[in-house]
Amino acid sequence: MANPPANPLFAPNRYRGKLIVVEGIDGSGKSTQIALLSQWLRAQGYAVAFSEWNSSPIVHETTRRGKKKEMFTPTTFSLIHATDFADRTERYILPLIKAGAVVCADRYAYTAFARDVARGVGRQWVRNLYRFAIRPNLSFYFRVPLDVALGRILGGRDAIKYYEAGQDLGLSRDVEESFRIFQGRILDEYEAMSREVGFHVIDATQSIEEQQQRMRAIVLRHLGRSLEKSVLRAPRVVFQ
Amino acid sequence: MNKKPLEFYSEPLPGVDPMELHGKLIVIEGPDAVGRSTQVTALKAWLEQEGHAVLDTGMARSALAGKGIQKAKEGNTLGAVTMTLYYATDFADRLENEIIPALRAGFVVLTDRYIFSIMARAIARHEDPAWIRHVTGFGLVPHAIYYLRTEVNDLVSRVVVGRGHFDYWESGMDFRFGEDMYESFMRYQKRLIRALDGMAKVYGFVTIDARRSPAEIHNELRRQIGKLNLKIVNGKPGR
Repeated sequence: MANPPANPLFAPNRYRGKLIVVEGIDGSGKSTQIALLSQWLRAQGYAVAFSEWNSSPIVHETTRRGKKKEMFTPTTFSLIHATDFADRTERYILPLIKAGAVVCADRYAYTAFARDVARGVGRQWVRNLYRFAIRPNLSFYFRVPLDVALGRILGGRDAIKYYEAGQDLGLSRDVEESFRIFQGRILDEYEAMSREVGFHVIDATQSIEEQQQRMRAIVLRHLGRSLEKSVLRAPRVVFQ
Repeated sequence: MNKKPLEFYSEPLPGVDPMELHGKLIVIEGPDAVGRSTQVTALKAWLEQEGHAVLDTGMARSALAGKGIQKAKEGNTLGAVTMTLYYATDFADRLENEIIPALRAGFVVLTDRYIFSIMARAIARHEDPAWIRHVTGFGLVPHAIYYLRTEVNDLVSRVVVGRGHFDYWESGMDFRFGEDMYESFMRYQKRLIRALDGMAKVYGFVTIDARRSPAEIHNELRRQIGKLNLKIVNGKPGR
């Protein structure tokens, strides 16, 4: 009953489709970049689908209520997000990849590896939890200094939420200070896993255009031929 | 004797010190329709009569995930991994918010199913046993696990006579193990029993022959619980 031996992360992608994911702390600009990348792929005629973190219809209500009533512990927080992810994998991501689509995911299992460990759950435990996930073909990590990310976020929106700030951990009474400490821990986890999981690191302090240029070059270098050969194409004419 | 602190199977829960847990954790396991909840109800009444404070709990009853699981099961798109993890979430919520606080307060906790049912359901659906064992590794090792064991032919008669119909999930219809609910029930329940049998030795189940009458099973459970050295309350009636 000891821990099982270290197993490889994730299930191999043996299908026609491709999976591209972006990761990084809040305010790193990853959502902007994956949106631009998926538009570019779509414009080339590929069938592209998009999957967002925390969006399963059968889990969403439980997560929402748990957050509102502050019911989560580090373990249940981790498990409910894995449940959400499992539902998206089983009903959406896997069938689409089998069909040959390019699935672009804004956050993936790495978000849990960073955030749940920052909350105190075991590193190996959370990696095992996500072993059913499809291995991404490309994982981009948007590296940004904490202060730059915080500047983008704290200026731009109204209120930081309870769990986003890690206030369940009692790090600080001050919301912004708690957020700063918690995001700092998450950043450390991302940096520590970067080599282990094979991130393509993007310098997220560069201009939006430079970052996008780099992403596209990496996609072409690593997936260029197999995109052309195996990925599903959108129909030329869509009947209404 | 018996002062040994509880332990976690493989994964400590953040913020929980097992040294503080003074109660007893007793698990009743077994397949669907074997009569677990009847036994839990009778044992609870008996233990309370004996002067013990009892918490009873069971699957899909958590404040956090109970409703969500019920709702997800009403649809027809709940995948095997999703179901496993939803139940694991439910279990973790009950463990941290019901079972552990009750153990801290010195209660006897009687739980109708535990991580073993979650594991058996996952294994019956072809999930990797090592994966689910590690996922549920934050479970506390109970003081006793009573496995109400029977054959699938006994279960099917309990279902037909007791309920008069087959349940979609008890028949494993999400996986369609057979071409109709009866065929699927038989194959799925056999797989569950095989999975539980496989855990019996590893996890030290006390196997109880559940083909007998509820009263006989109850008496055997009382005998078994008697071995756990629960604290004795003097001046109780009936002795």
